[in-house]
Amino acid sequence: MLTVEDLTVRFGATTAVDSVSFELMGDETLALLGPSGCGKSTLLRAIAGLQPIDGGRILLDDHDLAGAGPHERGVGLMFQDHALFPHRNVADNIAFGPRMQGIQPEARIERVAELLDLVGLPGFGARSVATLSGGEAQRVALARALAPRPRVLLLDEPLGSLDRSLRDRLVDELPGVLRAAGTAAIHVTHDHEEAFAVGDRLAVMTKGALRQTGEPERVWAQPATAEVARFLGHTNIIDGTDGLRVVRSDAAAVDEAGELAVIVIRSRFQGSDYDTLVRSSNGDELRLTLQERLVPGTEARLRLDETRVIALRE
Amino acid sequence: MRRPTSTIAAAGVVVLVPAAFIAVFFVFPVASILLRGLGGDGLSALADLATSPRQRGVLWFTVWQALVSTVLTLAVGLPAASVMARMGGRAQRVTRALVTVPFVLPTLVVAGAFEGVFDRFGLDAGAFRLRHTVWAILLAHVFFNYAVVVRTVGGYWAGLDRRLEDQARMLGASRRRTWWEVTLPRLRPAIASAAAIVFLFSFTSFGVVLILGGPRRATLETEIYRYAVTRSDFSTAAALALVQLVAVLALVAVATRLERLRPIHNRPGRVRRGALGARWVILNASVALVLLGTPIAVLVERSLVAGDGYGLANYRALATRVRQLPAPATIAIWNSVVFAIAATAMAVLVGTLASLVVVHGRRGLSRLFDLGLTLPLGTSAVTIGFGILIALDEPPLDLRTSWWIVPIAHALIGIPFVVRTMVPVLRSIDPRLREAAAILGATPSRVRREIDIPIGARGLVVGAGFAFAVSLGEFGATSFIPRRPENLTAPIALFRLLGTPGDLLRGQAMALAVVLMVTVAIVVMAIEMLRGSAEGGL
Repeated sequence: MLTVEDLTVRFGATTAVDSVSFELMGDETLALLGPSGCGKSTLLRAIAGLQPIDGGRILLDDHDLAGAGPHERGVGLMFQDHALFPHRNVADNIAFGPRMQGIQPEARIERVAELLDLVGLPGFGARSVATLSGGEAQRVALARALAPRPRVLLLDEPLGSLDRSLRDRLVDELPGVLRAAGTAAIHVTHDHEEAFAVGDRLAVMTKGALRQTGEPERVWAQPATAEVARFLGHTNIIDGTDGLRVVRSDAAAVDEAGELAVIVIRSRFQGSDYDTLVRSSNGDELRLTLQERLVPGTEARLRLDETRVIALRE
Repeated sequence: MRRPTSTIAAAGVVVLVPAAFIAVFFVFPVASILLRGLGGDGLSALADLATSPRQRGVLWFTVWQALVSTVLTLAVGLPAASVMARMGGRAQRVTRALVTVPFVLPTLVVAGAFEGVFDRFGLDAGAFRLRHTVWAILLAHVFFNYAVVVRTVGGYWAGLDRRLEDQARMLGASRRRTWWEVTLPRLRPAIASAAAIVFLFSFTSFGVVLILGGPRRATLETEIYRYAVTRSDFSTAAALALVQLVAVLALVAVATRLERLRPIHNRPGRVRRGALGARWVILNASVALVLLGTPIAVLVERSLVAGDGYGLANYRALATRVRQLPAPATIAIWNSVVFAIAATAMAVLVGTLASLVVVHGRRGLSRLFDLGLTLPLGTSAVTIGFGILIALDEPPLDLRTSWWIVPIAHALIGIPFVVRTMVPVLRSIDPRLREAAAILGATPSRVRREIDIPIGARGLVVGAGFAFAVSLGEFGATSFIPRRPENLTAPIALFRLLGTPGDLLRGQAMALAVVLMVTVAIVVMAIEMLRGSAEGGL
């Protein structure tokens, strides 16, 4: 179990990580979601021991990691751009960690084969890393990070450098691989869809601090602040008489008897439904997903599902 | 953080070994020159320099021959750079290696080759006399530095995005106008940087001026040599060396500055190759062939002259001792190889440790090392030789009679090559590789062993090769070291043979020059190949 308590990292006058606390259990995956520059990579580097900390504690199985170098922590880290060793082939890259642990050559060979199978690259051991495609390099990097059996695996934007379709495929595969390896993981990303897909739990980080933590469905359905809501993909944040409210994009339907009168600004077909922009009578613009096409410039009436309108705490 | 004492001790060795080496064998000698030059006798010698018309003439000649050499080299080299810029990967690599051979040839070999050309084509006397004229010096400088322009500018040119030229043509600019308004402005930093380097090399040229210029042409370098070695007037020599030192430091500062200004353009594989006119290619290939090929071909031909025909008599004669040499030339070759091995070992040891400090050391320390190790590169070999001559002559550091004095001098000249090839390689190692190794359980010293050393090894081989080649051909510094049979190097033997009037020893000199040239060329071609494959990815 990883416990982070009041972790703080400063760079001069700026506080990159501002007393962050959370726990990570057994083999769960925490998706750490935040915009670039929010401090999430610094948080990972601090946990890995690559970044000195200015306050707080990091405990792994109740053991304080203060003073332990990155090589003594039993934590794994996978870099966004792989950082594969260019002077070693695929098998030697994966065998590096076990070799540092003093594991015998025969056992290492076995471990390498096992991991290549796990990441779906059997027989790739003798390949030079320069010949790997982006997706292959990604899988080798994952295998290498898992090889020394880290208790916690840190993934820093692991899919960030891949193209969309490859990314979707790996998003599907990653949770399975992590489960099979039995490791707890922190998966850092700035893409909310990726975070929803890989995380057992979701933590949203902005400006160095964790703003909200919980199951992905719950966080999306009940964002704590406008900032979190925006970052999760909510676009309709309305300042009403009773405070800030989020109108989910799936909250409205076209209904002649609906209570909400709007003017249609545009309506765009996007496959199964229409991405529609409307303006309500009190001037708020709403972006909604509707089942039918509305003609821009005309008036329409909508019915709102109040369970899909969220009141924000601030 | 915990720091085991062994780590601290290791760090100490890494810093102290190169620092001590440079302090004793470079800083101390240079300081000795300063002290002599600014001491009582030195000051009056310095004052004499300013008023003596001869010395003013020497200074003026040094400057203008360097200037003209630079202009001529650019005039010949720039067109060739345009060809090189548009060649394909393999052809470019081969061409680059070929034009580099003259650049790394020992100066004495080049001087010998031009002497051979003058002999062969009757340019040693009469209306078309080149021997002992300024033209001989200028020609040799162009021969040497052609590669600097072709490589620096050609490499840079190849990395430029050619779509800009296409765009200019589409917008209505003529070919000439496009070159003038689009290409040239972008090339300017590379041209300036190449020109500064050519000027520096021509300014500090020693062997070429000494042999080809004849007794009446003198530059600062040959003048230092004449005063220090021929006349043993150390005060005047120190005063001259002082002037030289200041001038060279200023030039190095300018050259480094220009090099920094040159932005890094490297987009291999993305560059579209434009068509080149066949006539243009043939013209440049012919110029290169005549300029670079003639001296080398004539040198080989001259070395094979035996009586009225051709044969290996001159090569066989290398094994017998002649009156002008304290030992047979074959011994000199053997000595040179042994010295080169010793010098390379020292240069590699000191250079590698120093590179680690430059790359990983604390900022101030890193700067200091970077500067301290690049200075010997800028300082002329003559200054280094003279400094060693006047500084290391008293106990406990009386090394004048030690065997080690030659390899130490050569190592000093080789160290900057090792550092300059190692530092970029070490710097180019992605810091995340080290972090990844640490995360995977490697201790800090293990990280060095697993990451820095294996990746840096290739740079090291290249640097060591250069150090070896430079030592084999080194003449400037070695010429100041007191002569003894066991000190005789191949370039020194060549100098003696070339300096002997008459035709008697000419053939032997040519043979010795060929042996030296072939050895150096093999080393350099091997380096180029290694380097080429390194650039192609590991």
